[in-house]
Amino acid sequence: MFEVIIAVGVLLLLVILYTLFRIGTLVNVVKGTDKKIVSTSNKVNAALMMIFLVAGLAFMFWYSWTYFDKYTLPVASEHGMLTDQLFWITTAVTGVVFVLTNVLLFWFSYKYQYKEGVRGKFFPDNTKLEMIWTIVPAIVLVGLVFTGLKAWNDITGEASEDAEVIEVMGYQFAWAARYPGVKDNQLGNYNYQLIDDQSGNLFGIDVTDENSYDDFTPLELHLPKGKEVLLNIRARDVLHSVFLPYQRVKMDAVPGMPTRFKFIATKTTQEMRDETGDPEFNYFLTCTEICGRGHFSMKMTVVVDEIEDYEKWKAEQQTWLKLNPDFLEQIPADKRELAKIKAGIENNELEASF
Amino acid sequence: MATADIHIAEDTHHDDHEHDHDHSTNFWTHYIFTTDHKMIAKQFLISGIIWALIGGALSVIFRLQLGFPEAQLGWLKPILGEWITAEGKIDPEFYLALVTMHGTIMVFFVLTAGLSGTFSNFLIPLQIGARDMASGFMNMLSYWFFFASSVIMLTSLFIETGPASGGWVIYPPLSALPQAVNGSGLGMTLWLTAMALFIVSTLLGGINYITTVINLRTQGMSFTKLPLTIWAFFLTAIIGLLSFPVLFSAALLLIFDRSFGTSFYLSDIYINGEALPNQGGSPILFQHLFWFLGHPEVYIVLLPALGITSEIIATNSRKPIFGYKAMIGSMLFIAILSFVVWAHHMFVTGMNPFLGSVFMLLTLIIAVPSSVKVFNYLTTLWKGNIRFTTAMLFSIGLVSFFISGGLTGIHLGNAAIDIQLHDTYFVVAHFHLVMGSASFFGMMAGVYHWFPKMFGRMMDAKLGYIHFWLTFVGVYLVFFPMHYIGIAGYPRRYYSFTNFDAFNSFSDLNMLVSIAAILTLAAQFIFLFNFFYSIWRGRKAPANPWQSTTLEWTTPVNPGHGNWPGEIPTVYRWPYDYSKPGAKDDFIPQHIPFSETPESNLDEENDLIKLEGAGSGKSIVIDEK
Repeated sequence: MFEVIIAVGVLLLLVILYTLFRIGTLVNVVKGTDKKIVSTSNKVNAALMMIFLVAGLAFMFWYSWTYFDKYTLPVASEHGMLTDQLFWITTAVTGVVFVLTNVLLFWFSYKYQYKEGVRGKFFPDNTKLEMIWTIVPAIVLVGLVFTGLKAWNDITGEASEDAEVIEVMGYQFAWAARYPGVKDNQLGNYNYQLIDDQSGNLFGIDVTDENSYDDFTPLELHLPKGKEVLLNIRARDVLHSVFLPYQRVKMDAVPGMPTRFKFIATKTTQEMRDETGDPEFNYFLTCTEICGRGHFSMKMTVVVDEIEDYEKWKAEQQTWLKLNPDFLEQIPADKRELAKIKAGIENNELEASF
Repeated sequence: MATADIHIAEDTHHDDHEHDHDHSTNFWTHYIFTTDHKMIAKQFLISGIIWALIGGALSVIFRLQLGFPEAQLGWLKPILGEWITAEGKIDPEFYLALVTMHGTIMVFFVLTAGLSGTFSNFLIPLQIGARDMASGFMNMLSYWFFFASSVIMLTSLFIETGPASGGWVIYPPLSALPQAVNGSGLGMTLWLTAMALFIVSTLLGGINYITTVINLRTQGMSFTKLPLTIWAFFLTAIIGLLSFPVLFSAALLLIFDRSFGTSFYLSDIYINGEALPNQGGSPILFQHLFWFLGHPEVYIVLLPALGITSEIIATNSRKPIFGYKAMIGSMLFIAILSFVVWAHHMFVTGMNPFLGSVFMLLTLIIAVPSSVKVFNYLTTLWKGNIRFTTAMLFSIGLVSFFISGGLTGIHLGNAAIDIQLHDTYFVVAHFHLVMGSASFFGMMAGVYHWFPKMFGRMMDAKLGYIHFWLTFVGVYLVFFPMHYIGIAGYPRRYYSFTNFDAFNSFSDLNMLVSIAAILTLAAQFIFLFNFFYSIWRGRKAPANPWQSTTLEWTTPVNPGHGNWPGEIPTVYRWPYDYSKPGAKDDFIPQHIPFSETPESNLDEENDLIKLEGAGSGKSIVIDEK
């Protein structure tokens, strides 16, 4: 019943609007305004141009100013401070051009609206003017390009030798991290054909490689403050993309083609909690490349520690092999003892688990 | 309108169509399988409008989800059926399908076929003075390939596993593996088939546009006397001809990977508890191939809109377009550069960072010709005598969008800044303004401007004004707030932000955007009413309603097949003689010889008078050499 009333109401409204439209058209015909080239609407449209300009700019400046803290994310990495700075320089330059050109556009539209008996100025070209507005933007852009290029080359340059290497792997629909371990500080090899979710080999870790024995795979991503981190990024099913919003880190995870991103975190989780005044605050890692149904839910908690806390945390982690002792059997017999030592597996523990 | 009256003029090289001058048409040959470029243009236009409504409706559905994440959408069940979950929510996979299909439809079916298809077809023969396209039959095929493509794409919306849902860029492996997402099953197959047909249609059309512009210009119509619309359509067709085949190859290799076990794009994949045998392929290869079309595609969409706008702004400012040659030069430069900037879509895909540096440099150069165009538009308005026709309003709106959206391209083209902004709402705001909305406004401007020539009647101006202002304000309200959301780091194509504290602070802006989107879509119904009402009941149009200089206004109000009943007029002057000092009227059409306007001629134009001998082929030869 309710729907019927709404339908009737809508229908009635449309009939009224149509009638108004017809009356308007007929009035125009009677008055002859439909034959004139320019009607009074021209003035109205010209005025609306100015109103739109003023209201639009006022609204933009008000929001940009008032809510600045709301739409800007605090920055927590070294290169992030640089790219943020470039962002705001570019925004300032383009902002000036934005305001200037839009003001000219709407103001000219208003100022030079149709007037009876006036003629436009026959002004087909002017080489000097055209040179100016070709060369000036070119120079400004050269400036922006070179600052950007320098930053880009620094960010994408080689990581230092002693950088903290961490492997991040994306899969439908979560992230997983693997650390090289405290004994050898080398990530073990992997092979996608060894991946087996049933048995717990998420990464396809190759247990014939000695370096894999002390690797550990925690559920949270821990990063040291002030030390260079090199993320080795991969995916095992479809494209994903590592995004650490506060650290200004983004790099796609590509199946079959490992990628890298190096950066230095500058604020610990605790420092950011103090800065934002939010005791619940946590950094996070999320996905920015469409990857299927759960794309929006690939969130992993990230913790940035002081370097001492970070080392302590690393030392406390149980190795992957220790948590998945079934894989000991696949290790060549001559390496099994080494594996037990590196993985921190006591013999009696093992017996207990068998 | 039903019968054409083509004279076989003495000057035979004007008449390429005497062989098919048997024009006893019936309904089928007149409206359906027509070879008349004007009717084909209308077919493209109507199809484009239908697609735009579908694409717009899809966007409103996902805006409902984004703006009102808590809302009960059970009432959509009669339309969407199983795609609404038992809890009254949109299914997350269907959400992805919505954004995918919205993008595909808008970019290809509305702004490529609907814009180029309509106006290149309609205006090229009329403005260069030709009876029809070089090949009317190929032109007809172009539309019907597009129609077949449309049917297949539309069908994919209704299948059980849903349409393609890997984003409009269909990056593999997601688009290659049905086990990764349901939409990569039959939906993706249909998508690829539809796009293959679409590319055939675009190529058939493009070859025709290029050939027609080169070969069928009327006497005196040298390249330096072509209206900017024609220059834009010409360059657009060339870009399309060079880049669409690359998309075709990308799609073909994807079809091989999907159906025949090849590994062009696939390597080292473990999915659904199973390691696939594919090795050695590269997903990045697909991205290179895709964006080799994808970026030129931006200009395929935008250049026609800029051409249309140039024409309309000059006409309604009653001034010559400022810097005619600079406008052509910048379009040419943009067209060339469009082929060497594609990898700026891929800065953080793992591509070699050195390539990133090169593409960043090339990308930012493109801002120079773009800014030249903007300044030239502004100078054209300066000291004009502006008539705000609806078309003029939409053109001014286009320039505003082109500025606002173009400037953020300087952020995104900068690889270092792009790290943070890539795949966030900042990108969504950028391309919707500069490419989507600007081109859409160009299309609207074109419809309002050339409606009298298409249908012989006028559209209602007041309804046009209401339509413009609602749409203009609406579009800014939809896309401007997205800049802030993007700076805050919100990733695009997210079904929901509720499980992120950091990404859950803009429910107010998201709601505003969604409401604005719904109202903007609603405002388009004013246009629809105006359009269809005016086709049959609009005021009869005069021969030259906007007092314009170009050739199409020298045809009868309702031109038949063949366009001009008598001889095709000869062209003597450029298309922008508006408000020429000393002239009687404030415009002098292109077919008026200088000998008839001694009062307004410039010195060099007086010299041209002696070349204007009656119907001499001489002037052509001299002009073209």
